[in-house]
Amino acid sequence: MPSYAGSSAARDDIAGTLRLLLFLGLAIGLMIVDNRMGWLRSIRAQGETLVQPLWRVAGLPAKLGHSVRDEAATRAQLTEENRNLRNALLINRARLARLQTAATENARLRGLLGVAEQGSLDVQLAPILDIALDPTQQRLVLDIGANRGVTVGQAVIDAGGLMGQVVEVHPNTSIVLLLTDPDHAVPVTIARNGIRLVAYGRGDRIELANVPMSSDVKVGDVVVTSGLGGRFPPGFPVGTISKLQPNESRAFLVGELKPAAQLDRGRDVLLLKRVLRPLPPAAPTNPATTDATQAAPSQAATGNTQSAVSASTAASAVGPKPAEAKPAVVQATDTPQTQPPPAPSAPAPTEPQR
Amino acid sequence: MSRSRRPWLLPASVLVALLLGLLPLPQVLQPFRPYWLAIVLAYWMLEEHERIGLGFAFFLGVFADLVFGSLLGEQALRLCVMTFILQRFRPQLRFFPLPQQSLVIGGLLLNDLVIAAVAHFMLGEPVRSAIWWWTPLIGAVLWPPLFVVLDALRLGRKI
Repeated sequence: MPSYAGSSAARDDIAGTLRLLLFLGLAIGLMIVDNRMGWLRSIRAQGETLVQPLWRVAGLPAKLGHSVRDEAATRAQLTEENRNLRNALLINRARLARLQTAATENARLRGLLGVAEQGSLDVQLAPILDIALDPTQQRLVLDIGANRGVTVGQAVIDAGGLMGQVVEVHPNTSIVLLLTDPDHAVPVTIARNGIRLVAYGRGDRIELANVPMSSDVKVGDVVVTSGLGGRFPPGFPVGTISKLQPNESRAFLVGELKPAAQLDRGRDVLLLKRVLRPLPPAAPTNPATTDATQAAPSQAATGNTQSAVSASTAASAVGPKPAEAKPAVVQATDTPQTQPPPAPSAPAPTEPQR
Repeated sequence: MSRSRRPWLLPASVLVALLLGLLPLPQVLQPFRPYWLAIVLAYWMLEEHERIGLGFAFFLGVFADLVFGSLLGEQALRLCVMTFILQRFRPQLRFFPLPQQSLVIGGLLLNDLVIAAVAHFMLGEPVRSAIWWWTPLIGAVLWPPLFVVLDALRLGRKI
């Protein structure tokens, strides 16, 4: 490192300024390249592998805190938690039993119709490495990576619904882009009537942009993934519409979504593994294997994300849901439509598979 | 004149600053996290400027970008600007009393946020929400204790 204690102060000043300009230029160049072009990505990925030990160390206190809290929990707390969990399990079992019959029936009907099976789903539990990355980006670091078979593009869910997707995989960690990240968009439909929209991340919230004025979208509607584009499987809750107002041009509505998943809490998430396995054509004799895996998305599809532990809500959730798949002709009579009318039923059976 | 009796303190303090930046905080406290790295760098710039310079700030910034997952070069830019200003005004700043120094540090951190916001705006990246503008104040409040502790560690004195 050259010393700045030169003889002439003026010459020193100029040299210092030149050095500053050089480094500023370098930094700005790096930023532009990182922002606009992709070829820095591989270098970046290698660099991030390099800083992983630091992530691990920074994640330690949170891990320690969790284990301390687990250790210090009193008997009464544990009993209480146990009771709550048992209640939840009971309700979920009842729901599952109900859904299994529905799933069997669904499979049989699909068989009758000769419709392609959309592939069943498998999940993998992934602990969150609790560290804070850059605050302007909504991301999450997971404690497992390529070592446990994580791949880029996997959808990430929690008990409530969709959280995001895996965007980077390192040997021992992976990075999840949350739904709220400004770079994130997910194709969705309104669960009630199948209107198709796109939900964009906006930093700390999720926004439904360009909702046609005339469309039948209301505050309180549950929004689920549509499965279009093939990245996310259909039927996972994304959120509930909490606000709906005209945008600047007053030609469209802009909706705000309350995320169904708990994006900022929890210690673990689920990674969806897509298993493309065509179902036996008709009347499966052994529904247990396929149904267990299918139950997860279909349970999510009921839109009951509150997991209320009361018998009355459970009963209503368990009750059969009429297939609300009317062809949504309400859509758009005066506004120019860019999208074709929604498919009448069955979440996009010919959906492109990755 | 070898004033630094503990050469390991510089890398150690930088490492601790990086870890403090990564440490998870409750959601409510998250926006009040000070920019530890800049504060620690400012300390070393004032006290042992012969060991660090613009080059150090730049590479530290790039490393920090990797660590925090921010845009590559963003923190390099911010730290370079900060280092440059400190280099220019070091002779005056060094003899300021601590409260006045913390005012200056607060100003520098505010300037740093402005640079970050401008850079993000230019590149079409999201800008931090308004609540983040408290961090310079917290940085300024933290400066005197940090200064005293680092000084004590560096010179081997009892706090």
